Amino acid sequence: MDFVTTLVSSAYQFGDAFAFLVLSACGLAVIFGMMGVINLAHGEFIMCGAYMTVFAVNWGLPLPLAIFVGSLFTGLVGMVIERLVVRRLYSRPLDSILATWGVSLIASQGTLILFGPTMRGVGTPLGSFMVGSLSFSYYRLVLMATAIAVLLLLYLVFNKTRFGVLARATIQAPHMASALGVDTNRIYTLTFGIGAALAGLTGGIYAPTMTMIPTMGTTFIMEAFVTVVVGGADVFIGTAPAAVLLAVVKASLTSWQGQLAGQIGLLLAVIITIRLLPKGVTGFILKGRV
Amino acid sequence: MTLSRIFKRLEGPQTMGKGPLFWTAFAVVLAIALAYPLFADGYDVGNNIYFLNWTFMALGLSIIWGYGGSLSFGQTAFFGVAGYSYGILTINFGTAYGLGVVAVLMAIAIAALFAAILGYFLFFGRISGIFLGIVTLSVTLALERFMAQTAGPQWTVGSARLNGFNGMSGMPPLTLPWFGGDIVLYPDIGLYYLVLGLLVIIYLGLRILVNSKFGNVLVAVRENPERAEMLGYDIRKYQLGGFVIGAALAGLSGALYTSWGQYITPSSMGITSAALPIIWVAVGGRSDITATLIGTLIVLSGFQALTIYGSQYALVVMGLLLVCTVLLAPKGLVANAGILLGSLFNRKNGSA
Repeated sequence: MDFVTTLVSSAYQFGDAFAFLVLSACGLAVIFGMMGVINLAHGEFIMCGAYMTVFAVNWGLPLPLAIFVGSLFTGLVGMVIERLVVRRLYSRPLDSILATWGVSLIASQGTLILFGPTMRGVGTPLGSFMVGSLSFSYYRLVLMATAIAVLLLLYLVFNKTRFGVLARATIQAPHMASALGVDTNRIYTLTFGIGAALAGLTGGIYAPTMTMIPTMGTTFIMEAFVTVVVGGADVFIGTAPAAVLLAVVKASLTSWQGQLAGQIGLLLAVIITIRLLPKGVTGFILKGRV
Repeated sequence: MTLSRIFKRLEGPQTMGKGPLFWTAFAVVLAIALAYPLFADGYDVGNNIYFLNWTFMALGLSIIWGYGGSLSFGQTAFFGVAGYSYGILTINFGTAYGLGVVAVLMAIAIAALFAAILGYFLFFGRISGIFLGIVTLSVTLALERFMAQTAGPQWTVGSARLNGFNGMSGMPPLTLPWFGGDIVLYPDIGLYYLVLGLLVIIYLGLRILVNSKFGNVLVAVRENPERAEMLGYDIRKYQLGGFVIGAALAGLSGALYTSWGQYITPSSMGITSAALPIIWVAVGGRSDITATLIGTLIVLSGFQALTIYGSQYALVVMGLLLVCTVLLAPKGLVANAGILLGSLFNRKNGSA
């Protein structure tokens, strides 16, 4: 294997790990960063997006549109769950973990009852290209581009739109915001919906690469948790750098010792990080500024 | 004289139930539990040990979460570590000459050591609240994935094969050394009495523990960590202590379960299994060991009764139960019932 091939292959693996971490974590990170709630039904939102995408493809929609439908549907489901359950628990973050875990059990077992242990998925589109003697999938490049696009889009939404300003105002000073006429409940519902829709997007876009089973969400949640814990509360200065850092760990360990070593490496990285930086990368970057 | 002193240590501000009425009820329940094998088939008794096996893990979670205020999702990890340790030890060294008992103790010690190392990083890194839950859950999931991929023949420890997702089986049951030959405890009446005896000892022991200075400080940390720290306690040590005790109890459950069923699988640590102890303890009432114990037994039997219709239906009901408990009775259903019962009796008697 010559130098260029090795370089391309390493970059590809790093990019793949980075995309997986960012896409796994972004929905969870938005909800945690904005509302302080860890949504344990995150994996089930991803599963929901994936299932809805496959249904939409089976109805005859093209894949990109189907992914959009899956994401939108998951966002709506998320808003309903926020209204029914999460809303009552903002003052008790630990209880919101428990309640969303209950939701997750209901969702994954309910899916098992409704759609059976497995469902026919859709094939991976776009084919592959060769560098040297190695073959790479184009679809993985789409995933990497999507990860970066999602980060950019989130930055624009939360920093350049009116909704973003109101959302950040609500997070920083809920009483002040509501005194100034912001409907904080609506902001919370919408933010939760955005987080859920991002999870749905992740599910939809990974659906062609995975087996459709009701517990498919668990494939993502460990990576999502790990990235959010290392990143800390902020999506942009936390999740993104954390994903870069962890992608290096994961990609190098995976290519050296296999998938499992990559995952265990992630876990050790987290345990060491929280010992050194209890507030995550966000806390490290903001040190001395708060 | 000494008896009343012992009784005094069993009661205190951190446990529900006191006075002659409570202890009479306790004696009646214990008598029924002791008499149960006389009226039942040995096979049924052996099966019902299943319920008792889990109570230790639930009591441990009550200590960590209910008393210490640290929500840990790692109980099934410690359960699994101890279960696999018991299997590996007994398959390699057998259970003769009391080695079975040594294996159980070793399994608990390994689980406790694992908890101590993990807990050191968590509590001395001052991780609390939500993050503690996420990290312990991630560790549990990683452990499950690790054990699930040990299917190949290279994954053996001595003569014990780990066997990947299908799980490890064929370890000998618990064996007690005795004069004139070992007693092999298959799931039958003998094992029932042993597990019941352990449960009574641990229940009473925990009552003493949570009402001792250690237990009171643990509750003080839960109520307000900063205040406890200002009063001069190193809260990290108390949290770590509670975590290790809880993990050791989960380890006891794991070792007993593995020796009872002669079987342990990675999915006993997975995300669904990890949710179950949380549900038992939350529904029962996490901040009281009596409520936890009663709640665990009730929810477990309900779950078992529902699995006749299929375990996926039972799990949906468990999820609903958890959501409803959190929304409607955050203190736990059994604990609420206990408080209600207590106030009724107090009103009638006009005394505490």
